[in-house]
Amino acid sequence: MRTDKRITRRITGLAVGTALGLALSGAAYSQEPVKVGFVYVSPIGDAGWTYQHDQGRKELEKALGAKVTTKAVENVPEGADAERVIREFAAGGYKVVFTTSFGYMNPTIKVAEKFPSTVFMHATGYKSAKNVGVVNARFYEGRYLTGVIAGKMTKSNSAGYVAAFPIPEVVQGINAFAQGMRSVNPKAEVKVIWVNSWFDPGREREAANTLLSQGADIITHHTDSTAVVQAAEEKGKYAFGYHSDMSKYGPKAHLTATTHHWGGYYTKAVQDVMAGKWKTTNVWGGIKEGMIKLAPLNPAVPKDVADLVAAKEKDIAAGKLHPFQGPVKDNEGKERVAAGKTMGDEELSKMDFYVEGVQGKLPKK
Amino acid sequence: MRLKLEARAEPSPLMGYLSPLLAAGLTIIAGFILFSVLGKNPLQAFYTFFVHPIRDLNGIAELLLKASPLMLIAVGLACGYRANVWNIGAEGQLVLGAIFAGGVALYFYGSDSKFVLPMMVVAGAIGGMLWAAIPALLRTRFNTNEILVSLMLVYVANLLLSWLVNEPWRDPEGFNFPQTKQFTETALYPALIAGTRLNVGFLISLAAIAAGYLFLNRSFKGFQMRVAGLADAAAKYAGFNANGMIWLGLLLGGAAAGIAGMGEVAGPIGQLLPSVSPGYGFAAIIVAFVGRLHPVGILLASLLMSLLYLGGEAAQMELNLPSAMTGLFQGMLLFFLLGSDVFISYRVKVVQPPKAQARLKEAAA
Repeated sequence: MRTDKRITRRITGLAVGTALGLALSGAAYSQEPVKVGFVYVSPIGDAGWTYQHDQGRKELEKALGAKVTTKAVENVPEGADAERVIREFAAGGYKVVFTTSFGYMNPTIKVAEKFPSTVFMHATGYKSAKNVGVVNARFYEGRYLTGVIAGKMTKSNSAGYVAAFPIPEVVQGINAFAQGMRSVNPKAEVKVIWVNSWFDPGREREAANTLLSQGADIITHHTDSTAVVQAAEEKGKYAFGYHSDMSKYGPKAHLTATTHHWGGYYTKAVQDVMAGKWKTTNVWGGIKEGMIKLAPLNPAVPKDVADLVAAKEKDIAAGKLHPFQGPVKDNEGKERVAAGKTMGDEELSKMDFYVEGVQGKLPKK
Repeated sequence: MRLKLEARAEPSPLMGYLSPLLAAGLTIIAGFILFSVLGKNPLQAFYTFFVHPIRDLNGIAELLLKASPLMLIAVGLACGYRANVWNIGAEGQLVLGAIFAGGVALYFYGSDSKFVLPMMVVAGAIGGMLWAAIPALLRTRFNTNEILVSLMLVYVANLLLSWLVNEPWRDPEGFNFPQTKQFTETALYPALIAGTRLNVGFLISLAAIAAGYLFLNRSFKGFQMRVAGLADAAAKYAGFNANGMIWLGLLLGGAAAGIAGMGEVAGPIGQLLPSVSPGYGFAAIIVAFVGRLHPVGILLASLLMSLLYLGGEAAQMELNLPSAMTGLFQGMLLFFLLGSDVFISYRVKVVQPPKAQARLKEAAA
């Protein structure tokens, strides 16, 4: 009995699959625009992680014009709801679906199994499949450059960092910032406060004020609001924005920001799908690919510092400089990267230690 | 001249039942105006919001899946609310249920035993009850306010979960991301309709509705709780145990919320994440009141609430409306319900100031 049922189910599955396949190949011949869906973890707003993704969506629309239509669903919680939204896109005939938060990884994989002819691109995760690609950006390259500015401009030799969760992506940023800072100022230290939330303006501001009162005179954040930049502006200190150019939230405080640019990548991925040459990829682009940029520097940054940063930016793009070039020691004195070597992507993606110059301890396994 | 609200001697019981319908009607009218102002065709918008999400079997399954935790928690809360025991912290009790159930799933990871799932249900209920026992104990011993205590414990519960998934229970293969391993088949609810996400948890919620009806409307204990809620002094005079009712009200709410939390991690999520609920514990409070604290009303209200979530997503995909629409509709519904209730229990009376009254008399003479 049981086998019978299973066979029937499989046959129905096959029939449905074939029908779907036929429907899709039919669509490819007609002039219908390709439908592209985006799933966002927070409201689009006017700065931040999701805002930058939405900018990318608009660039895609601009680049491909009538050949695509895009739709976005914002504020989708990571967890039970994500799978429904992703599935809804796939079932609605969307050819490409971009899922733009780490917590969408398992739901994306689950939906992708059921919709083999839809292409999914998941941001910042580590699981891929035949029709699921992964994308991330080398945020740490921008962090290194802001660290260089911080090292040159700090008077107290102390910078503060408001961070969300101790995952590798965030730890990379903290460490790259410290590496950049100490490359020009060996006495510099970085203090970190974890707020255990991606978006909590109240707590972010509190953490920023704590760091400032502990002697930090430049602060930055890896969270999603503009609260840290605003706190620095109020206290007359410096800050770096993140995700977006946040200069309008702190015209005096905002020295620059590490900004994310997804548009080029989105356009390329959709073009590949349209041309039928898309393959599962794991894209990790940085300054070289134009996915990471620095926002325009504040006039308060002296010319020699600006020139230095521009030179280092060129070196990173050319592959001549890497933020984790050996020797790299962790903050307990253990050597992590030997002199003459650089840290590989594999180690980077698992980073679970602080480099020398970062105060405190990371939560351990 | 001024307006005064005066209590009606005998509020109409019929209107009491009609007021949710009245509120729904007013919400639709307000929605009509809202959609028109936003430049959308109101009929099309209503279709997208309320019909499009449930156009096929999968949509209906999703509706029931999302309604399951809402009705389960709401019916548990209603037991307490009937006796004026205000448990506002179901969200925290849900999280504890998820933690306890998740602990069982991880402890028996890889086991084939059929008892894992029932044990998780029991563990979930115990977790929720333990969390609810704290406000019960403090209220009965020290006369603390259970509203504040249960609400504050929500934050504690979330931090506890966050610590567990960041440190001791973190998936060792998960690149340091804060999440546990994905549960195996034995620790997941079986699907109710093949190919959809609707699972056995829905049946548990329905059973809870039935049990809630028997308890609240057909048992002596339920009668005692209703009396205590309506007339505290009468309950005391009749010799009902007031402390016993506080304990019962909170524990029932806690158990229901705990099982709902278990159902999320053993259902659509399938692992522990830093956040396991998009606020079901709070949404269930609205459901309980829109449902008039009556199990059948709660069943209907949970379906409506669930439809509002799904409709909000459809409105984003089809009409480019922002996600705030969902919250707006939920808020309008509750606002109109409370508004209707005010006019059912009170009547508006025009009060003339004494001077004006005197003048009126003079004029009459």
